[in-house]
Amino acid sequence: MRQIVIISGKGGTGKTIIAASFAALAKNGVAADCDVDAADLYLLLHPEIKERHKFKGLPKAEINQVKCTGCGRCLEVCRFGAVKKQVHDRSPLFLIDPLSCEGCKVCYYACPEDAITMTESVSGEWFISETKYGPMVHARLGIAEENSGKLVAIVRENARSVALERGLDFVIVDGPPGIGCPVIASLSGVDLALIVTEPTLSGIHDMERVIDVARHFGVKTVCLINKYDINLENSGNIEKWCERNKIPVLGRIPFDNSVSESVVKGIPIVEYMHNMVTQRIKEVWWEISEVKGE
Amino acid sequence: MIVSIASGKGGTGKTTVATSLALYLNGKGQNTVILDCDVEEPDSALFLKPVLNKPKTVDIPVPTVDFERCTYCGRCAEVCAYNAIAVAKKTVLVFPELCHGCGGCALFCPEGAISEVGRDIGVVEEGDASGIKFVQGQLKVGEPMAVPLIREVKRRGIKENKEIVIIDVPPGTSCPVIKSVEGSDFVILVTEPTPFGLNDLKLAVETVKKISIPFGVVINKDGIGDSGVDLYCELERIPILTRFPFSREIAVAYSKGIPIIDAGVEFRQKFEELYDTILSIIQGGL
Repeated sequence: MRQIVIISGKGGTGKTIIAASFAALAKNGVAADCDVDAADLYLLLHPEIKERHKFKGLPKAEINQVKCTGCGRCLEVCRFGAVKKQVHDRSPLFLIDPLSCEGCKVCYYACPEDAITMTESVSGEWFISETKYGPMVHARLGIAEENSGKLVAIVRENARSVALERGLDFVIVDGPPGIGCPVIASLSGVDLALIVTEPTLSGIHDMERVIDVARHFGVKTVCLINKYDINLENSGNIEKWCERNKIPVLGRIPFDNSVSESVVKGIPIVEYMHNMVTQRIKEVWWEISEVKGE
Repeated sequence: MIVSIASGKGGTGKTTVATSLALYLNGKGQNTVILDCDVEEPDSALFLKPVLNKPKTVDIPVPTVDFERCTYCGRCAEVCAYNAIAVAKKTVLVFPELCHGCGGCALFCPEGAISEVGRDIGVVEEGDASGIKFVQGQLKVGEPMAVPLIREVKRRGIKENKEIVIIDVPPGTSCPVIKSVEGSDFVILVTEPTPFGLNDLKLAVETVKKISIPFGVVINKDGIGDSGVDLYCELERIPILTRFPFSREIAVAYSKGIPIIDAGVEFRQKFEELYDTILSIIQGGL
């Protein structure tokens, strides 16, 4: 079983379109949507949810106003600006802003009156589902929540066990944009990272940073240039950069309106039509799926 | 006044709108500041080409143990909510990448054996882009924690009330987005008219509603998809501030790092329209 993650650094380069196409082409894989902030893969794979699980983030502080004497110790020790002081009828009132609380419990331990409790809250959900193309593991992080890295790790773990249980050959991970916590959680321990880039200055800049991250964690990396014909000079520069850095460029996909059309129809593009775009995606998949893990 | 440019989905055109709005305001003689809070992938500089001062390292406090004083009582590990410090028989292990820098271990160590040292998580850079004050953060490669760096970018960029601050926000809906947007007077949500754009717009709307900041939508790449975003905005009574059509010419200009406002006269008018609408919404709401 091999795990392949699709990332890009920059958003909107086509990660989800590629991931959905790979899931449709693989026929023996598990799809894992690790963009838990803004999960879109379901719009192309239409999963039927079989299992639903709650995701609990770190418990957050709450102040019991009956016990609180207003000493202000919590405000002093909180480094995240989560304790807010208000004045009511000339006496101070201390409140926790749950959006700023990072659940460190320092106030809980520091309060001399034991007036602070830590309350666990549901901060998301994750699912094991079935799609036309095989199983899918996905999630939904609650709005404004933290710990997306932890939720990504849960999705990854479960996608892996589903693949092992059912004897499937691939886990196809649709990764989030950026290079931070959820990207690192999507990358760790995968067999291959496919970077989807585009020939724009932002695309190149962001690709270089995300490749550095993949290398930092020792992940084997290959690249795919999407919409390569938008700027041939930049595409040439990407290829040169990749050659210098020993990153194989597995494919060049032309810009084509059929991609947006397939998204509107809600179908992975390789299932929607046959053209240059889908031909190139298939070639990349064949190359990736035939390369045996090291 | 602080205006944030956000979107759930990546690649919809946040940086395009943020940089061109800053150029428009600067051109009008407004005192303009732009903050690139997308510290994981900061791209505003590619369009504004600022002259930057020497980068300043940003660090967060992590514990270091004085073994002369440590009695291996385990209190630090007990209070750490992130499992960033562990006590074994005759040693204490610190896992700096898990540490949030809350200071609990140092505060509660009964022997005073823990002090804190800075751990470098990235840099903040300040500069000038033809009159626009520019601040950006760059997260160090391999570093998971973006929020402390975002805080530092905002601390440096938001000084007095005279200027207009434009914030380029990272994609998504979780904590880095909230930390970037918090304190703004208005949020522009940039979306594209596709099912992906719509799905992520709905999430972004929920996020902004949660922190109660007035907002409106900019539709970018208008014409590529369907009418879902329009219908949703109409139903939810969300103002559509302006639209930028999809065209190959704009895509090519973008690929070269040319700000959209410089790609044609009609775009200058669109930014004027955008800014005037925002002003009337903010003033109308007061």
